[in-house]
Formats: sequence, C-alpha cells, structure tokens
Amino acid sequence: MSQYEVTWAGFGGQGVMVAGQLLAYTGIAEGKQIVWIPSYGPEMRGGTAYCTVVVSDRRIGSPIIRFPQAAVVFNRPSFDKFTPTIKPGGLLVVNSSLIDVTTERDDLTEILVPANQMAMEAGSPKVVNIAMLGAFIGACEIVSLDNVKKTLEDKLGKKKDLLGINMKILQAGYDLAKNTIAGRATSES
Amino acid sequence: MAKILMKGNEAIAEAAIRAGGKHYFCYPITPQTEVAEYLARRMPEVDGVFLQGESEIAVGNMVFGAAATGKRVFTSSSSPGISLMQESLSYIAGAQLPVVILNVMRGGPGLGGILPAQSDYFQAVKGGGHGDYRIICLAPSTIQEAVDLTIEAFYIADKYRNPVMIIADGMIGQMMEPVEFPDEINEPELPPKTWAATGAKGREPNIIKSLYLDPLRLEDNSIVLYKKYEEVKKNEVRFENYKVNKKNKVLIVSYGTMARICQTVIDELEAEDISVGLFRPISLFPYPEAALKEEADRANIKTVLTVEMSMGQMVEDVERVVKGAKPVKFFGRTGGIVPTPDEVKEQIKYLLRSESAKG
Repeated sequence: MSQYEVTWAGFGGQGVMVAGQLLAYTGIAEGKQIVWIPSYGPEMRGGTAYCTVVVSDRRIGSPIIRFPQAAVVFNRPSFDKFTPTIKPGGLLVVNSSLIDVTTERDDLTEILVPANQMAMEAGSPKVVNIAMLGAFIGACEIVSLDNVKKTLEDKLGKKKDLLGINMKILQAGYDLAKNTIAGRATSES
Repeated sequence: MAKILMKGNEAIAEAAIRAGGKHYFCYPITPQTEVAEYLARRMPEVDGVFLQGESEIAVGNMVFGAAATGKRVFTSSSSPGISLMQESLSYIAGAQLPVVILNVMRGGPGLGGILPAQSDYFQAVKGGGHGDYRIICLAPSTIQEAVDLTIEAFYIADKYRNPVMIIADGMIGQMMEPVEFPDEINEPELPPKTWAATGAKGREPNIIKSLYLDPLRLEDNSIVLYKKYEEVKKNEVRFENYKVNKKNKVLIVSYGTMARICQTVIDELEAEDISVGLFRPISLFPYPEAALKEEADRANIKTVLTVEMSMGQMVEDVERVVKGAKPVKFFGRTGGIVPTPDEVKEQIKYLLRSESAKG
C-alpha cells in the first residue's frame, strides 16, 4: 500500500463520520499519514452525509478524492451516488439492511452487510457503523483489526457495556467479510 | 506530545491558546464556526475571554480595543466577515497594534458560497482597508502547518506591532489531520509593551490612535510603518520548494490547499516522466520575491504556471517577480470549485505541447 482512499456515506445519524474517524485514529496509531475530509457543502435534511479518509505511507497531497478505492455505503442514495466513483478493482461495502440492490459493476469486490439487523441482534441500533467498519477492515485489511479494537478501547474505555457490544459487532462484521471472500474463492475454484 | 486527529478550525483555535491568545472575539460564519465553537468551551478552562459580538464590524472594534491593552488578541472569520473587519484592520495597522486574524476563505464576491476558495488574496495582501499599510499574511497548506504558523503569528504580531493574518481556506478549516502541539513554546524575548493602555497611574498616558490631522505627523506615521514593512520583508519571508530540480520544464507557483493538490500533480506527472517543480509561498506578504525569481530564472524552466482557487490574483505578483523573463501562465477554478489533479495535469500537458509546437 502506498495510498488508500475510502468514502463513508449514509444519512445523518448512522455514524458514518465516526466510522471514518475510527479508521483515521487507527491509521495514526499505526504511524500512517491520514486525512479525513467531511462532506462539506449545502445538503438537504435526509440527504447524504459522507466523509473520505485517505490512509497513506507518504505525505498526502490532494485531500480531495473524486475516485476512491473503496466506498462504504449505508443507504440507497449513497449507494447510487458513490458506487460509480469507485476505482476499477475497488471495494464496495453495502448495508444490505437498507439497500435492496447490488451493483451491476463486475470489477468490484462487493460485501453485503445486514448491518441494521446485526446491530439489533447485538443489542444496540447505534452500532450499525461498527458492523460496517468491521466488514471494511475484513475486506481490505488497510489497518489491523487488533488496532481498531485498541482505538475502540481508547474511545469507549469508560463505557464497558458499550465497549462489549462494539467489540462484538466489529468482530462479526470482520468475520462476515472474511467468510464472504473465502466463500467466493471456493465457489470460483 | 502524541499526534492527535483534529479539524483544522479546532487545531488553529487550540494553537492560538497555546501561544497565549486568550482574548478572542468572533461572529459565526461558515466554514470557520468550529473555531468559535471550540473556544466557547475552551476559553473558560484557561481563564480566557470568549466574546461573540453583534456583527463582524463590532468584533473588529473589540479586537482593536482589546489589543490596545497589550494582551494577545485574535479573531477569526471567513471572507464576507473579513470584509466587514477591513475598517478596523486599517485603524489597527495605523495605530500599530498586534492582532492575529484567521480568514478561512470561501467563494465570493458578495455573500458568495460556503465552499473553499482563495479569492481574497488581493484583499489580504494588497490591503483591504484604506491607507498605506500592510498585513503580514501566512498561508498554511496542512493542519500541522496551520498550528505552527498560528503559534508564530502571535510572536510576529507582537514583534512588529502589526496585524498578522493566517489565510486558510474551507478545506483546511474542515478537514482533519494528525497534529502535534509543542509541549512548550519558546519565543525570543520581546520588548515590554510600554505603549499599551494599561492604566496611566504614575506615568504619562499612552494614547493609541490613527488620527493625525497634521499632514507631517501623518506622513511620519506612514514612514514608520513603511520602515517596519521593509524589516518584515527582510526577516519574515517563508516558502517551500517541492521537487524543484534541473530537469523541471515547468515551475508551478501555488499556495495553501491548492499547493498540496499540485504536489499530487507533480508526483503523478513524474511517473509519466514529466518533470515539474513547485514553488510554494508560505508568506504571501512578505512575498518570497528573491527566491521565486531565482527558481524561475533557471535555464531549464520554460514556463511558470500559477495555480489558484481564484480567477487569478497571486499570478499578478508572480508576473511582477518574474518580470517577463519567462512566460507566466495561469490556471484556476473558483466559487468553491477546487481544481482536481487531473485538470491541472491536463493544463501542464497542454502547455508543454504548445511549447514544443513553437519548437
């Protein structure tokens, strides 16, 4: 890896900005260069909120990324808006609880995550973003899962009950992505 | 201290506090309102002053009055708000008071838009208010640099008793990057502020003003300012080169956010075997004239390309410095549109094609 760019997108309240920040904090802990850029501009209530995180081994030039390697999309408007922007060969992580379509692009790795359902089962509707984060890490390993866990401990250390739920769903998202990719490798061989 | 992830606006606010800027006056405006939000919470912790005025005009005058007491004073705003402060800035410069101003530029003219732009260059560098005065103007291109320059700005303002502007844009204000704050700030010693209005008990009153009805006195004041700016030009020039070497055919001149986008352009063109260098002014006033002239004069440079998030403002300074020795071209987008690396790359390839067609 020299530089990796990922857009996190959903509607306000789904935790897309925080998910991007958790990735950014983990990148810093791993000694990487980081830029986190929020969507910034006029936006309607209920429209898309998004941020882009750049993780790099070298000094980051342009902070504006039109075509990222990956997009993690939490709702349908985000799916429609960002799927076409992903670089060929890139990664698309989809919240399949709220998005009932899959991409027609055949040059992407697509991971379907029933994140709302997983969050409800884990006991908190607030951890949708952590399920998505886990799946993203599982699919690209741009930072290590262990270090994301350390970031969560750092941010949620005092809230032990919340930390437990977050850790559990992070792992579940991670495993789901790993199993999806392994399953595809088996079916193709 | 370990690196922490911070939004540009908040990092600049924290840097100001670390530098002893504990008197802050503001009026909210996108894309810099997080500065005020952060300081509203933080100032009481450090026993500082956070005060939101009724308008930017009021804030400008609050800054003027507070600076007269010799305290470290600052304000922040974005383009339309900075326009409203120009009258105060002229008075502050005329009265020789140190203040720090942050302008997180957005698109103009008028109320314009809220997205990043660099179209306040003329206003900042050539003097937005009336009279023979200059503002020392520093333009960061990363959040760490914004922190470092903000800390320095308070010292420079005190040293020259002059306003210092940190000129950023919406991108620097809104994005997050890892930053590190110095554990302690070691500044060279400054002379005591014997000019400050601190209560005249036991001494002659200090009078702080910019009004001189006697033209000879007024001219004298302007000469004092002029001499000061000559010192500033000698001592405070700041710039950075990126991949400037003897193979460069094109020299880009660009500052702030636009300069870091040009770094990506240069890296990507390098992979295509096209050699381009970047000259990045950090101090916009004083402008790094001698250094730019030296780079532009090198025999290998065929064209100087100025890239800005404006319709072409700094390019006038580049032309002034290059003095016709090389063709000076311009590329820019404005109104909140930030040029992509691809757009700049196309522009450079076009320049090189037309250059080789000329043979």
